[in-house]
Amino acid sequence: MPIDFLKQKLQRKESGTQYRTIFQVLHLDLYLLFGILALVIFGFFILYSASNQNLSMLLQGVLHIGLAAIIMFAFAQIPPYFYERWSTWVFWSGSFLLLVVLAIGKIGGGARRWLNLGGLHLQPSEIMKIAIPMMLACYLSHKELPPRLKNVLMCLLIIMAPALLTIKEPDLGTGILLILAGFGVLFLAGIQWRYIIGALLGLGALTPILWHFMHKYQKQRILIFLNPERDPLNTGYHIIQSKIAIGSGGFLGKGWLHGTQSHLSFLPAHATDFIFAVCGEEFGFVGGLFLLLIYLYITGCCFRVAYQAQDTYARLLAGGLSLMFFMSVFVNMGMVVGILPVVGVPLPLISYGGSSMITLMATFGILMSIQCHRKLIGN
Amino acid sequence: MSPLLTIKNSSQEAGLFVRRIIAIAIFIVILSLLLLGRLVVLQFFQHDYYTTLSDQNEIDLVPLAPNRGLIFDRQGILLSNNTPVYSLIVTPSRTENLDASVQALARRISLSQTDLDQFYQQLKTHRRFEQIPLKMRLSEEDVARFMVDQYRYPGFSINTNLMRQYPFGSTFSHVLGYVGRINQDEVAHVNPANYAGTNFMGKLGTEKFYEPRLHGQVGYQRAEIDAGGRIVRDLSTIKPVKGADLYLTINAGLQTAAEKALEGNRGAIVAINPKNGEVLALVSEPGYDPNLFVSGISQKDFNILINDKSHPLYNRAIHGLYAPGSIIKPFIAIAGLDSGKTTPTAQINDQGVYQIPGTTHIFHDWTWWIGQHGHGLTNVTKAIIESVDTYFYDLAHRMGIDLIDQYLTAFGFGQKTGIDLDEELAGNIPSPASKLRYQKAPWYPGDTAQTGIGQSFFQVTPLQLATATTILANRGLHYWPHLIYAERLPNGHFVYELPRQLPSVVLKNSTDWDVVIHAMAQVVTKGTGTSFGQTPYSVAAKTGTVQLIGKGANGANRATSANLRNNSTFIAFAPIENPQIALAVVVENNAPNAAAVARKVLDYYLLDEHHLPPAAETPHAH
Repeated sequence: MPIDFLKQKLQRKESGTQYRTIFQVLHLDLYLLFGILALVIFGFFILYSASNQNLSMLLQGVLHIGLAAIIMFAFAQIPPYFYERWSTWVFWSGSFLLLVVLAIGKIGGGARRWLNLGGLHLQPSEIMKIAIPMMLACYLSHKELPPRLKNVLMCLLIIMAPALLTIKEPDLGTGILLILAGFGVLFLAGIQWRYIIGALLGLGALTPILWHFMHKYQKQRILIFLNPERDPLNTGYHIIQSKIAIGSGGFLGKGWLHGTQSHLSFLPAHATDFIFAVCGEEFGFVGGLFLLLIYLYITGCCFRVAYQAQDTYARLLAGGLSLMFFMSVFVNMGMVVGILPVVGVPLPLISYGGSSMITLMATFGILMSIQCHRKLIGN
Repeated sequence: MSPLLTIKNSSQEAGLFVRRIIAIAIFIVILSLLLLGRLVVLQFFQHDYYTTLSDQNEIDLVPLAPNRGLIFDRQGILLSNNTPVYSLIVTPSRTENLDASVQALARRISLSQTDLDQFYQQLKTHRRFEQIPLKMRLSEEDVARFMVDQYRYPGFSINTNLMRQYPFGSTFSHVLGYVGRINQDEVAHVNPANYAGTNFMGKLGTEKFYEPRLHGQVGYQRAEIDAGGRIVRDLSTIKPVKGADLYLTINAGLQTAAEKALEGNRGAIVAINPKNGEVLALVSEPGYDPNLFVSGISQKDFNILINDKSHPLYNRAIHGLYAPGSIIKPFIAIAGLDSGKTTPTAQINDQGVYQIPGTTHIFHDWTWWIGQHGHGLTNVTKAIIESVDTYFYDLAHRMGIDLIDQYLTAFGFGQKTGIDLDEELAGNIPSPASKLRYQKAPWYPGDTAQTGIGQSFFQVTPLQLATATTILANRGLHYWPHLIYAERLPNGHFVYELPRQLPSVVLKNSTDWDVVIHAMAQVVTKGTGTSFGQTPYSVAAKTGTVQLIGKGANGANRATSANLRNNSTFIAFAPIENPQIALAVVVENNAPNAAAVARKVLDYYLLDEHHLPPAAETPHAH
């Protein structure tokens, strides 16, 4: 098989490499690191403008990324077999915390997405972003692939139970990401097309149930997405405003710090979920394209890790995490440009906020670990 | 499973995996093209459309500042009001020729150089589309002149704001404080969204302490605005929620009477209801007119206030640190009796001088200075009535400083009372540690003796003195002194502040209270406080005089000036049987006598204000 040949050749070439650079010793992947750095620097320019030139907010952002980078570095040092061994444990404790948050939210009477651990906000749904791909990879790597129906059903349970809990929190955006990445892992594991088609049909049938699980405001957002004019002043107003911001940006944009729409007008959450609109307004199409290319480059680096991984667990985990990353980008940008409903998903590494940034950098840490521990495992 | 099968499986798996990765890559490319296509549509094909939307008809979110809550006294007399004022504001991005327009306007309405300077200063730091005030407090004439040809000045408009106004001027200045324009530092400490439309915030006093309650919740008006900055169409409005109205425990009549009693002098009066800690009057003289600060005080006015030798901005009631002098004696007496270092009947024979055993320094009683030679046989009662220094030198020496401090601390001296004002100081009670810290000098036995008559390194606030007096009046019960009486929420509901009890002073033998209070009752009838005069109500009091000479007079020529005359202090509560009011008076440089000042305040509250308790409520006097 040509692919086997390719793979063998690749492996031989890799194992033939004797020199170890400082980055290999530190288990850092240079390609990925470069992409992250480019993104973060561009992100600071956007955030500075989006926060109305609030320097303290920018410094806060630097602090977040610094902390997240330390976590990434730490995660990169942990060898993949360690992740594999602890996958089940991580999954169960994450699910347990999710239930705790939901219970506290019920008692507190309102939305609760995080646990307060002495000033540290722990968001269990963020843990699940890593835990679900881990659990699936762990589960499937011990099974015959492509997976049999009963194993597929088991996987569905692993994905849907925490995802529905997350949606119930309510955090529709993260819930959808969990489902997308989970299905991505299943797809990479080689699930047969007939199951995929069956699932799509099943999803069609499941939609009313999902609809039932949604909160009123979540339903509202989807209805408004389907027709923004339905509510031009409230939720629909956000989409209209963000489209005006991006549309008025044109090819080259209005220039850094010169966006009017995002500063003057009520562009909602312009430093967090809608920050891409600021980019679109101030840097125009060129800025948007540049940003998308950086994201694609990073996504490529991530899938490279999955492609070069040497065992099923590492492959599936890396693939799932890579897909999670790209889907976060797509769901956020899609929502801001108005091709997806408004679900609260931040723009990876650029939106202001520490919680998702830490998960994301932990994800990169795991990917780097898989990439850089390669020669120590397998044949 | 045979090894062969495993290898086959794994390579099959790997192959499958690679095919699936390629499928996902295609999927990702499709999604990216979708996003890119959408950007092309928005930023190329619909660019003009959205530019028009963005430039011509902006949907603007105008923050609507909430009305600041009003402040009343306990009876509903308005102390802090909001009055409408007009200001001329400019949105630079919407003007056609900013400089020319400003010059043209300057010929129509009165614009001072200060207005212009401030405007051009702000122009540099604000963004083009932000509103900048050109002139605050427009006269109605100016408003009319501008409105007539507003069309000539695109980007200029009139804003109506409510401004704080203090109808009583300086009388409540040290209670209320004032509001002023928010500055850069303060912006960092408030929620910017909630203060989006707010220009003023509390800077001092109650206005500052209760800022979160007074401010209210910002509202928003979403409106379509044309290129000229005028509202074309009101789309939706979220109404602001007005701040809560505050009712203070202050009795406006009493406050006015107390201020009048001190008028023209420097000093402070704090009167508290001992039964619940409500502060009835809090006066620091001289005061200042808080209205000056609201619209931004002029440099000239500010220089006058800051250079005034009597420091009107200084809140003596909570910030002034004074040596208490002889008014500390009742508290020392309580300490001596409770610790067993003296008894109600124990006597000394006062010859007008006191010498600490084993030392050579001689301490004089105040009688020595007026040519007499002591009070003769003196017990604790006589020592309070006639303010016998030697008795307290001896008592203090025998108690020792640690024991004294233990009791002084229990009465709240040398620590913040926790009143609802930010500017309160804690002061200091004499102790070896604090002397070492502040004076870098060791503690001598003489310091302990001086502590007994309230001199030494004593620093207490009039508020602490008044609070300690409430504890005496209550025979140990200690209530939190506070200014907040009630709060009227925006929905009209009243929330009353309940009295909060602090740790009581508990004596081993509660008759010790009676001994001291009985002695204080005679202070005004036959002791040092006879200048207080006869009253229809019973009063327990103590006078004090604080020597200032020798306490760090650094200007040689000031020795004869009024600044170095003794301070006069006075504490009292009345009526003794059922205390309604406890107060502390400090008059700097002894003019007039603090006792006379206190008399006016007590008379107003207990006689003029028909506050004498009905007979049935009066407990039986022993």
